[in-house]
Amino acid sequence: MQSKRISRHLPSFVAMLPTTLFVVIIYLGCMAWTVAISFTTSKVLPVARWAGATQYERLLATERWTVSVHNILIYGACYILGCLLLGFLTAVAIDQKVRFENTLRTIYLFPYALSFIVTGAVWQWIFDPQLGIEAALRGLGLESHIGILSSPGTAIAALVIAAVWQGAGLVMVMLLAGLRSVDGEILKAARVDGIPIWRAYVSIILPELRPMIVTSVVLLAIAVVKAYDLIVSMTQGGPGIGTEMPAKFVMDHLFERGNIGLATAAATLMLLAVLAVLVPWLHLEYFRKAKGGAR
Amino acid sequence: MNFRQRSPVWAALVLCALATPVSADDLTAEVMHPWTSGGESAAAKVFADKFTAAGGVWVDRAIAGNDALLAAAMNRIIGGDPPSASHFNTGKPFEELIEAGLLRDVDTVARAEGWAAVIPKVFLDAVTRDDKIMAVPINLQTENWIWYSREVFEKSGVGEPPQNWDDFFAAADKIKAAGYIPMALGGGSWAERFVFQKVLVSVAGPELYLRVLKDRDGEALKDAKVQEAFAVLGKLRQYADSGAASRKWNDATNLVITNKAGFQIMGDWAKGEFAAAGLTPGKEYGCTLFPGQEVSIMSGDVFVMPKLKDAQRTQAQDLLAHVLFAPETQIAFNIKKGSNPIRQDVDVSSMDVCARHAAEVLKDPARQVPNPQFLMTNDGLGAVRDVITTYWNTPAMTPGEFSDALGKVLASVD
Repeated sequence: MQSKRISRHLPSFVAMLPTTLFVVIIYLGCMAWTVAISFTTSKVLPVARWAGATQYERLLATERWTVSVHNILIYGACYILGCLLLGFLTAVAIDQKVRFENTLRTIYLFPYALSFIVTGAVWQWIFDPQLGIEAALRGLGLESHIGILSSPGTAIAALVIAAVWQGAGLVMVMLLAGLRSVDGEILKAARVDGIPIWRAYVSIILPELRPMIVTSVVLLAIAVVKAYDLIVSMTQGGPGIGTEMPAKFVMDHLFERGNIGLATAAATLMLLAVLAVLVPWLHLEYFRKAKGGAR
Repeated sequence: MNFRQRSPVWAALVLCALATPVSADDLTAEVMHPWTSGGESAAAKVFADKFTAAGGVWVDRAIAGNDALLAAAMNRIIGGDPPSASHFNTGKPFEELIEAGLLRDVDTVARAEGWAAVIPKVFLDAVTRDDKIMAVPINLQTENWIWYSREVFEKSGVGEPPQNWDDFFAAADKIKAAGYIPMALGGGSWAERFVFQKVLVSVAGPELYLRVLKDRDGEALKDAKVQEAFAVLGKLRQYADSGAASRKWNDATNLVITNKAGFQIMGDWAKGEFAAAGLTPGKEYGCTLFPGQEVSIMSGDVFVMPKLKDAQRTQAQDLLAHVLFAPETQIAFNIKKGSNPIRQDVDVSSMDVCARHAAEVLKDPARQVPNPQFLMTNDGLGAVRDVITTYWNTPAMTPGEFSDALGKVLASVD
């Protein structure tokens, strides 16, 4: 029995071997190397001189790092919630059997086809006091000196707006696919029972959409951790260090500033933060599966 | 995949190999540099033409952007496939390559041609290790100019820029009242660094500038003159407009060119933008090292020569070093680039009024300091830039708080 199973699975093992080796050596190997380098005094070149936790001490004492962590929490929360909300509402709206559905769907999804660099450049122009909205308002004779990108608080909001504009379409398409798989009779039955329509969506339809929502959140969260190109093209981390993010901190210190030790220390903390979210979630999923219950 | 499917790949590989000149008879030099804009590539062409005329073969490897070039050059030199020469900023950026033994010296050429006698001491020290010259310095830039629009100054009733900071602020108020942007700014923390170092040296003087940035002397930060400089920097913040945050440095220069803004604090590469717009220094626009103490903050470019195995190509490096440093190359290159020759023994009378004035100031060692790239690594300078940009963009931050934050950073980096 046992040997039969092995011989049956052998071809697939062999087929998977290159990929597995690739993952283990390239991904895990590089991760281990990164963590190891963060405990050395490496500057421009990697060196094997032990530094203990000094890179981490300097990192945690660096204002730019603490600002970056603070920023990514605000940006991440607003971006994910914004995309989910806007994506859900547009999906529901399109699901009402509107005319030109295909056209509308394409329009909403279109921003997702753009790179963050392009999105950032476009929204930078829109928010530019001499080119965009503010110039238009002044052209109409209204006084406007907001300077959206020139104060840290509003600059973060501007980043969120640009990112949500880009990401909401993807959520919409996924939730729309989910909505289409929900039995239309449910809504009719709810109507017959006199249940308000919003209540039917919140209590019946939303739980049905859970797998789609989970997938969306994972995809959006990955985009948050990677947040780099949008910031580079839209605010360059400014004004001041007001919109810096951890990934940009790592990139700047790796290349421009030639401090591999500090950069890898920051990357290691990012890895730990991701694991801190991922491990309990994986555990929960597998634990629930093992109990043989829920989906 | 069979061979027939693969053959385009092979063809491409063969073509790549052919495209890289490997002929042993030529004095071939593969040169990496960041000069891609109009004025810059014209300057690079001067080097290429002079090298070709001297019997060499110039293989151009231009990469846009200093940071991108730095990353590419580092990768190739460390990875064992070095170019014949690569551009670096003068100062600490190439120090670790020397320590790792990856660069060769150009001392034979330098000694034969007496370089040491004609290079300003700060630059000579920056390229010398163990008594050997390790890089070819090619130019000398002044980083602390104020470029101003003569039309905006005249229409605001200012005339010429004042020589002390009190009068300068009064003039800036007049420019603002006349409806112009007083100070054109753009380029983020990179450009704010130039404003910081200009104000520091002009208010506190060269000695305190060096004590703060070179010796990292905590006492110097408490000096009344340094505190005054930080207060001047703080006051200057209100003269930039709200569009500065997302503007590029050359777009800021363009505000001065088009008479929308009064002045810009920037290095002498800004001259290239004015030249491209067809303006002449001293006519439509002016340059000054005032207000405060008239001191030049110097920076420069060098070419480093990595160690190569091939004797022929090593010989080509020597020829390249000779050509880059030759007096006529220096003049021709620096006129196009907007900077000054690194050799102090060449005649600058053919250059423009700003370059001639810089050359005048540079004759006096008491009126010159090196820029921060000579004094700290990219990492240290980056951390200092983070503090400067925080101060500049946080109106509520006081000069005292800035001084404390700067002191902490200067003590923690190298």
